Amino acid sequence: MAGSLSDISGKPLWLLAELTYRCPLQCPYCSNPLDIARYQQELDTEDWLRVLREARELGAMQLGFSGGEPLVRRDLETLVAEARRLGYYSNLITSGVGMDVERVARLREAGLDHIQISFQASDEDLNNFLGGTASFQHKVEMARAVKAQGYPMVLNIVIHRRNIDQIEDIIRMTIELEADYVELASTQYYGWSRVNLEALLPTRAQLARAEAIAHEYQARMKDRMKIIYVVPDYFEKRPKACMNGWGAVFLTIAPDGRALPCHAASSLPGLEFPNVRNHSVREIWYDSEAFNRFRGFDWMPEPCRSCPEKTRDFGGCRCQAYLLTGDATATDPVCDKSPHHAALVADVERLEHLSDADAAAKPLVFRNMRNSRTLLEESDTSD
Amino acid sequence: MSNIDRSAVPALKPMFRFQWEPAQECHVLLYPEGMVRLSHSAGEILKRVDGERSVDTLIGELRDAFGGAELDADVLAFLEQARENGWITL
Repeated sequence: MAGSLSDISGKPLWLLAELTYRCPLQCPYCSNPLDIARYQQELDTEDWLRVLREARELGAMQLGFSGGEPLVRRDLETLVAEARRLGYYSNLITSGVGMDVERVARLREAGLDHIQISFQASDEDLNNFLGGTASFQHKVEMARAVKAQGYPMVLNIVIHRRNIDQIEDIIRMTIELEADYVELASTQYYGWSRVNLEALLPTRAQLARAEAIAHEYQARMKDRMKIIYVVPDYFEKRPKACMNGWGAVFLTIAPDGRALPCHAASSLPGLEFPNVRNHSVREIWYDSEAFNRFRGFDWMPEPCRSCPEKTRDFGGCRCQAYLLTGDATATDPVCDKSPHHAALVADVERLEHLSDADAAAKPLVFRNMRNSRTLLEESDTSD
Repeated sequence: MSNIDRSAVPALKPMFRFQWEPAQECHVLLYPEGMVRLSHSAGEILKRVDGERSVDTLIGELRDAFGGAELDADVLAFLEQARENGWITL
């Protein structure tokens, strides 16, 4: 069966190398799993070099060095050099913390193609509060260094209730820093951001205003800068084509070597994700049970199974389906054909009427090892 | 009518990398977090976009490579599209 599936499945064009979950920042919407404290044994340099070679042989072209904070790894330059030699287009996805002008240059020399820097806000105090560390001025300096050294630069700002009203200032900051691309990334509610949902989900009025401003700048900046703005999918009626389909083009390797069809997939129960320490990337991609579990369309229950749109959205996101329904095979509740859609709408409606004071009063759970351990203890107790 | 000056020298923008992909059996353009698969003819044209050859030189070379075929209009249309897409300066 794996053989026939491998014939119709695509190649892992996109390799996301999560080098570490160590991070100097503590953003409360982090897309890392809640159990980051469990990850002790990181892959070593040799393992990563082998993963890079094997994935490239299968056709991987885009490579993201991510984390946590990938700059924490002292072997980053070695990995970048090998990536360049193999013909990857390599992207460094970083907070900017742990970088200095010399390291930007060393990475350039090693063959890094592009750097994406995150900002938490355009306001220094808010940026530093959300990241849990005084990083704003350093980020600005690093963004300037990245541009000065000739890299294409993406600036990524995760957008949520606490910073969405400053979206115009945020865009102006990215223009001033001469970003080539700007990702105004609405928070997706998994992991840490799901824990902080009540404090982070924007209201419809906030979204409408932000969207209008983003569109205005998209038109105005058309020839100089590409601005990507996506509304949070909780407000949509059709789900996102998550990962372009399970096991279709994306391959994530977590810091401990586990291979995942998306970076949030480790939250799904009942799936054993193969580890690159024990399996080749080829075996993992084509033959493992986990990568074949939601590949294609045969796994789908109704209403997806008979839906003509399944080839467009692949039933939405498996992690979201599990998070909101307790069933990873369910139709993503963002879809208004899902029997769980009404419950999601009701929840969004409830949060819509949460006053600013109430939302602001919700203490944010910051992403750090201490909170990860606390959450793990809580979930162990509730089991 | 194309509005491309045939003596101008097209160049790939620094954001892009153009390369042959054995696994895809085609040329591709890679850029931050994205890629474009190129048709055979697009690959043949972009192969010659190097910041040194003029549009005229490039068309001449392609004509020689493809048995003297009349391909001026197609090449100019592609270059215009590539400029519109922000891939090249011209």
